[in-house]
Amino acid sequence: MSSSEPVAAEAEDLSLPRRKKRGVPEGLWIRCPDCSSAVFRKEAEKRMNVCPECGYHFYLSARQRIEQMLDEGTFEEWDKDLRPSDPLTFKDKKAYADRLVAEQKRTGLVDAAITGKGRVRARPVAVGITDSAFIMGSMGSVVGEKLARLVERATEQDLPLIIISGSGGGARMHEGILSLMQMAKVSAALARYDQAGGLFISVLTNPTMGGVAASFASLGDVVFAEPKALIGFAGPRTIKATIRIELPEGFQTSEFLLEHGYIDRIVPRDRLQTEIARTIDYCGK
Amino acid sequence: MDTLAFEQPIEELEAKIQQLVDQKADDPDAREEVRQLRKELNELIRNTYSNLTSWETVQVSRHKDRPHTIDYLSLVFDDFVELHGDKHFGDDRAMRCGFAKLGDQKVLVVGHQKGRTYQERSKCFFGCAHPEGYRKAMAKMRLAAKYKLPVICLIDTPGAYPGIGAEERGQAQVIAENMFEMSRLETPIICVVIGEGGSGGALGIGVGDRVAMLEFSYYSVISPEGCAGILWKSAEHASKAAEALKFTSKYLRKFGVIDAVIEEPLGGAHRDHHQMASRLKMYLSKTLRELQDSPLTELVEKRYEKFRAMGVYLEDTAV
Ligand SMILES: [Zn+2]
Repeated sequence: MSSSEPVAAEAEDLSLPRRKKRGVPEGLWIRCPDCSSAVFRKEAEKRMNVCPECGYHFYLSARQRIEQMLDEGTFEEWDKDLRPSDPLTFKDKKAYADRLVAEQKRTGLVDAAITGKGRVRARPVAVGITDSAFIMGSMGSVVGEKLARLVERATEQDLPLIIISGSGGGARMHEGILSLMQMAKVSAALARYDQAGGLFISVLTNPTMGGVAASFASLGDVVFAEPKALIGFAGPRTIKATIRIELPEGFQTSEFLLEHGYIDRIVPRDRLQTEIARTIDYCGK
Repeated sequence: MDTLAFEQPIEELEAKIQQLVDQKADDPDAREEVRQLRKELNELIRNTYSNLTSWETVQVSRHKDRPHTIDYLSLVFDDFVELHGDKHFGDDRAMRCGFAKLGDQKVLVVGHQKGRTYQERSKCFFGCAHPEGYRKAMAKMRLAAKYKLPVICLIDTPGAYPGIGAEERGQAQVIAENMFEMSRLETPIICVVIGEGGSGGALGIGVGDRVAMLEFSYYSVISPEGCAGILWKSAEHASKAAEALKFTSKYLRKFGVIDAVIEEPLGGAHRDHHQMASRLKMYLSKTLRELQDSPLTELVEKRYEKFRAMGVYLEDTAV
């Protein structure tokens, strides 16, 4: 019953299992969650982490996305020095402060978002990416602040804006109400950007849920989604627990959203640069 | 009548006093005893309510006798004229909108409605609005801005409705859209959490120039049950989650997320609807007068700065 309901199981099942689990070495083979084929990891990596059998899009880190989307060597990162703190001194089974350190070590990220500017096929852009590996890509104060600054700079520098969302966790519970307020903060920044005539392309990837879906991710002038991504407000388990019936096949997928009118285009990963460049050429200044 | 556990001693004492009054109304000794017991009762209520845990606060915010939006519509405002329908899909009964008068001031009121009887509650989805509710609210707020009517939002929801239809009709998109539009709407907006401030469902009508909470309401990124289910793996740990989330009015004031806490009558709003309503009315009238002193462009600018400043993070400045 919350906009921030993470979908832990779903998000984890669908991501590429890169980390070692219980001493098992990183597999040469991975199982595609969609077609169940055993896929040679190298083969998937060659295709931008896309299943060669069925086209399913596996997890990609924020850094990998930058590499794939931006022209080589053009990325200039912004606000690298923003770090999360623990305003609630939040503790569940584990203290949030310890969780942050563990996540930073595991992912090599400081928090769930990377922002900056670069070029897509020679077109300058402001770009933000949330990485679903870091506490489920959830938005706390750092993600909110980085994105708000990104939007403000895009406004000042008159740049097209691209935000790629990968956030199963929505608004981050561990920072309580302050996380919720990031939704309003980033949405307000986008309203000003809109007023200034900026072009915002929102790219939804697997998974985009809760408070991230219910804020910047849904506010694109043009909204793209990778195929078969899980996208929605409430987590499927929350919905199932509320209405007590089985959810329809394909519920809350990119294709479901396209059918219901909430996204403009489903864009496979290898077409993203082309599609972004073309949209900028139509709308950008 | 289901009593909250921490209210049991209060209700027992109330019953005892009532019994004395009924049986020995003419006995002067009994009258003295009643006077004494009433003093004790007030003391007991005061003590209980000044030491509520976060989880107990949640229970008060959900109390079945707590005043809801429609109660305030009759106690705080005059001449409520309901405006129905989102003109796309339907008329969500979990969201009420309409013109009303706050004293002499014409305003637009928007508020979640939970319902009291079972039938009302199921019609209102227990205060959980669907996309058409948020669309309706935004459409009426735009109308208000067009004619420079101030907007008053009364927030009281466990969360936006999680269901198949809600997802099909864009629950995520409408909440995003509402925050986006409210942040730049050219009319004064006052938001008050009157009961439950359940995450995105609350924020969908929660972006304003002033945001206040009634003393025993809560405002949270996630319900305590939902949080417990995810982080403690069982909703039974809701009271622990409630403490950890620090979502009561006292904390939110400290975090700078709200501007004011509106004090509730002794023992909570459910004990005295009229007094609660008159305090709310006082707050709204006073705040509206303050806001109307500013030109609209300045108001919108300050509203932006208010939300822009929210968040706590570290930053190394010297690199
Ligand atoms: Zn496959």
